[in-house]
Amino acid sequence: MILLAMLAVPLAGALLLLVPGLRQNRLHGTVVSGITLILALAAALAFDHGNPRMQLEVDRAWAPAIGLRFHLGVDGISLPLVVLTALLTFLCFLYLLRHPAAGGASPALLTALLLVLEVGMLGTFVALDLVLFFVFFEVVLIPMYVVIAVWGGPGRRAAAYKFILYTLLGSGVLLVGLLLVGVNAGTLDMVELAARHGEGLSRGMQITAFLLIGLGLAVKAPMWPLHTWLPDAHTEAPTVGSVLLAGVLLKMGTYGLVRLALPLAPEGAEFWAPWLGLLAVIGIIYGALACLAQSDLKRMIAFSSVGHMGFVLLGIATLTPVGVNAALFGNIAHGLITGLLFFLAGAIKERYGTGDLDELGGGMLAKAPRLAAILTFACVASLGLPGLAGFWGEMLALLGAYQPGAGLPRETFVTFMVFGGLGAVLTAAYFLRMLAKITHGTPADGPVVAGVTRHEYAAWVPLITLTIVIGLWPKLILDLTSAPVRALLGGG
Amino acid sequence: MIALASLTVLSPFIAAVVGMLLGLRLSRLLETRGVPGHRVLRNGPAVIAVVASALATLFALIVAVTLWLDPGPREGTLTLIPTGTLPIAVGLQVDGLAAVVGLMVCCVALAVQVYSIAYLAEDPRYSSYAAFVSLFTSAMLLVVFAGDLLLLYVGWEVMGVCSYFLIGHHWEDRANSRAAVKAFLVTRTGDVGFLFGIFVLGVGAGTFQIDEVLRRVGDLPDTTVLAATLLLLAGVAGKSAQFPLHTWLPDAMAGPTPISALIHAATMVAAGIYVVARLYPAFLAAPTALAVLGVMAAISMLGAALAALAQSDLKRVLAYSTISQLAYMAAGLAVGTRSGAVFHLLTHGAFKALLFLAAGCVIYVTGSNLLRDYGGLREAMPITFWSMTIGFAALVGLPPVSGFFSKDAIIEAALHAESGIPGPVATIVYLTLLVTVAVTAAYATRAWLMTFFGTARTAFTPREAPRLMSWPVGILAVPTAILGFFGLGASELRPHLGSAALSLLLAGAGGYGAYAVWRRDPALDPARVLGPVRTTFERGFHVDDVYDRVVVAPVRALARAVVGVDDRVIDRAVESSAGVTRAFGGLLRRPQNGNPQTYLTGLLAGMAVIVLAVVIFV
Repeated sequence: MILLAMLAVPLAGALLLLVPGLRQNRLHGTVVSGITLILALAAALAFDHGNPRMQLEVDRAWAPAIGLRFHLGVDGISLPLVVLTALLTFLCFLYLLRHPAAGGASPALLTALLLVLEVGMLGTFVALDLVLFFVFFEVVLIPMYVVIAVWGGPGRRAAAYKFILYTLLGSGVLLVGLLLVGVNAGTLDMVELAARHGEGLSRGMQITAFLLIGLGLAVKAPMWPLHTWLPDAHTEAPTVGSVLLAGVLLKMGTYGLVRLALPLAPEGAEFWAPWLGLLAVIGIIYGALACLAQSDLKRMIAFSSVGHMGFVLLGIATLTPVGVNAALFGNIAHGLITGLLFFLAGAIKERYGTGDLDELGGGMLAKAPRLAAILTFACVASLGLPGLAGFWGEMLALLGAYQPGAGLPRETFVTFMVFGGLGAVLTAAYFLRMLAKITHGTPADGPVVAGVTRHEYAAWVPLITLTIVIGLWPKLILDLTSAPVRALLGGG
Repeated sequence: MIALASLTVLSPFIAAVVGMLLGLRLSRLLETRGVPGHRVLRNGPAVIAVVASALATLFALIVAVTLWLDPGPREGTLTLIPTGTLPIAVGLQVDGLAAVVGLMVCCVALAVQVYSIAYLAEDPRYSSYAAFVSLFTSAMLLVVFAGDLLLLYVGWEVMGVCSYFLIGHHWEDRANSRAAVKAFLVTRTGDVGFLFGIFVLGVGAGTFQIDEVLRRVGDLPDTTVLAATLLLLAGVAGKSAQFPLHTWLPDAMAGPTPISALIHAATMVAAGIYVVARLYPAFLAAPTALAVLGVMAAISMLGAALAALAQSDLKRVLAYSTISQLAYMAAGLAVGTRSGAVFHLLTHGAFKALLFLAAGCVIYVTGSNLLRDYGGLREAMPITFWSMTIGFAALVGLPPVSGFFSKDAIIEAALHAESGIPGPVATIVYLTLLVTVAVTAAYATRAWLMTFFGTARTAFTPREAPRLMSWPVGILAVPTAILGFFGLGASELRPHLGSAALSLLLAGAGGYGAYAVWRRDPALDPARVLGPVRTTFERGFHVDDVYDRVVVAPVRALARAVVGVDDRVIDRAVESSAGVTRAFGGLLRRPQNGNPQTYLTGLLAGMAVIVLAVVIFV
């Protein structure tokens, strides 16, 4: 029931905003998302860590005529993402209290949209029915579209259109794939389907299904070359939009691959894995090179997401427990670190009035030492320094590529590993280039830059702390994911 | 025992965290409480850093003494981290090698922390500096004591990022910022190879735990061991600044001088050599890798010594000498004397830390890094002069100071090369070792004479550096002088008459050469006799320029190309799909133009076609 409440609270919160009297309440979003976060944490506490199966399940008939069920549940794979989602949404609301998004529309609308967005994101991670999953997956699109289109930067219209059309196209393909599996297997229940490991589906069917589901999710991830909506959307989106987009929305793609594509169509996965790996590695290198030549801070961080999600996809492509663990770890790490990076990019833009690296000039460490120090931390975490969260996902993905699953071409994957390693060096290069460019050197004369506010600290410190804690103690996540991942891949 | 080792690693780590967050607050607290005594006692960050280093040194000393009394490796694992494949063991391991290197690291770190209090007294960012030095020490100690290859890698990389922060400490100057970025990127390039080497070794052996891996090395296929060790060497070359990844070290002198002493004498650069020593059984099983190491060492040794001969900056002289001396250790490992290499690692840790800290005193007093600005400092700076003299003597390898014993052990071992490397490689290594002795003597003599003799070439007030600085230097002179005698206990480390006489002869020749040139006109730089090759030496054989052209420029061009492709090809394809859709829609719109006449015509035409079809085919 906790899960049901966790979805109901933000939904009710959004609906309550229809009551005119509540619209003026500035704390509304913070309170509602705070309760949701508490519920998510309660779910984490109620969760039995030793049990690799689905827990806290809710299973009701929904549309019995077509076998649709309202089936929710969490396991070690989804639990960290659920907590991450609730946390990031809460932090976004905290941040908004003091730093409202620029734009004419009413803050209540933004609150409502973000709460609906939260319902969709949480629902995606706890849904255990194919159609239910798809519904939640789609629920996310509209609020994000409106957030970008209304509160975005100067080019928001085009970016929002591109975002929604591109991802809708992906969703269409995804739906076809899901229905293909559902109809041929005779059930829409994800637990049931995962337990069958593709039994009952012919090889050709599995290959087609994986392609369709994979393509639909790859748009969201995003996988090279389906990524071009991302930099535009990020550049234009307001800070909270970017944070949730990078922190959670992208994970829905990779989570879907792990939750749906791998267990439902294992033979299809084996067929497509080398291609997935290839595109992932191209994404890593390509994203890093693109970052190296970017002049806009937000665009650079957006491209860095392409590279980081490339590591996540590479982990999935290895079809090994270690690779999938890496992907799930990478998801969480990227959510924390890139969420923080987008918060920082927003804070910098707010203070300097620009995100252009050349216009920002140098010397931020002298002008805004705290801000620059946190930026440095976030960049160092993002470039995969051991001891911080970003490292484990990347390292384990490379380790997975060194010994890919049985039936995959080893030489090919070792080549991927080598290029992935090169990508890690390039990642360090562009982050250090950016840091050198804007934080080092002597600052130009100009107005004093405001210090970090209390609300900013409130939003950032949890992310910083978690980045360090998970980085120093990766067991926290790996203990959760290892057993269900093994089960998912058909091991003991 | 393992608990003590963990405390050794943890105390500087805790100091780093506490110092970073609360250092300045502690200063304020101590100030308001009016703590009596020297003002250092009211310097919060300094108190935290020094107390933690002192504690770590104490723990390391206890560990070393316990192990000396009761030898034998010990290990302990706190927990296993599941990964889905081989687990990562969070555990430490202590043996003689780890204990003695750990003690050396702690001692040098303590000296550096004490020294830095005075050297950076006026620095507004001393607090974060001290915290990073603590973190750095902790990371190095983790490398030393780690019982698992991936845990070792964590320390290995954290050291890299600390060096980035410390080298770039004065980030106002773009040159320092560039040097910091370069140091991180060059070492990280090697580290990727190192990580892959860990994969190959660990997956091959079926565990990442170091003692298990070494036990199973014998059962592994030769190609696996060879691939693993060659990949590991990439990381070693990066961290220990060996050709071809050595270029970051001379630039890294941009950091504050005590950092040069810490990073570039005793810790970071020592890590590479230490890891080879730690995994030595694996390297012995792959003589080809040792041969590669030997060739790398030979190139680095002589090349760096020649480059040191022409440097105008005292710290860069010492930096190149570090590369050259590290190559001695690498050569020692290549020719099969692990104890000789580790012995030289220890003596070098002492005398190079001494030389850097003494150079810091000189820079502090004269306000310049350049040799041509010094001169005649012998009388005004007695402690620095005598300490540095001992340091240079150790660098050259003059008896009876420490460097003589350790260098001799390596040269003697090279003569008999018992590691299985091919004969020609061993010969090359041996001859290079000898030639380098002469060159080392020449550049050391040049730096020594130009700094302390003759007359002052610029205006500065000759005086001794503050006591917090000169004392650590003086104290480091003691191990620099006597550490060599500890080797007398082991037969393979005792001096051998033949090689000792030969290298003394060469050192004398090199030293006298430099002296003879200098004596002709003490006001001029003896490097002038190098003539046309001087610039080549000074620029480090233009390796940097080559890398700029071969690596940096192409990557930049590629990055620009990628951005172009993204805009003009991939995104264009996506956006033009909108146009295609619209055009397609336009095509379909044509018949649906709302004109009833067209619809009716279409309807009748269709009927006619159907009727015709029925008539013809039925």
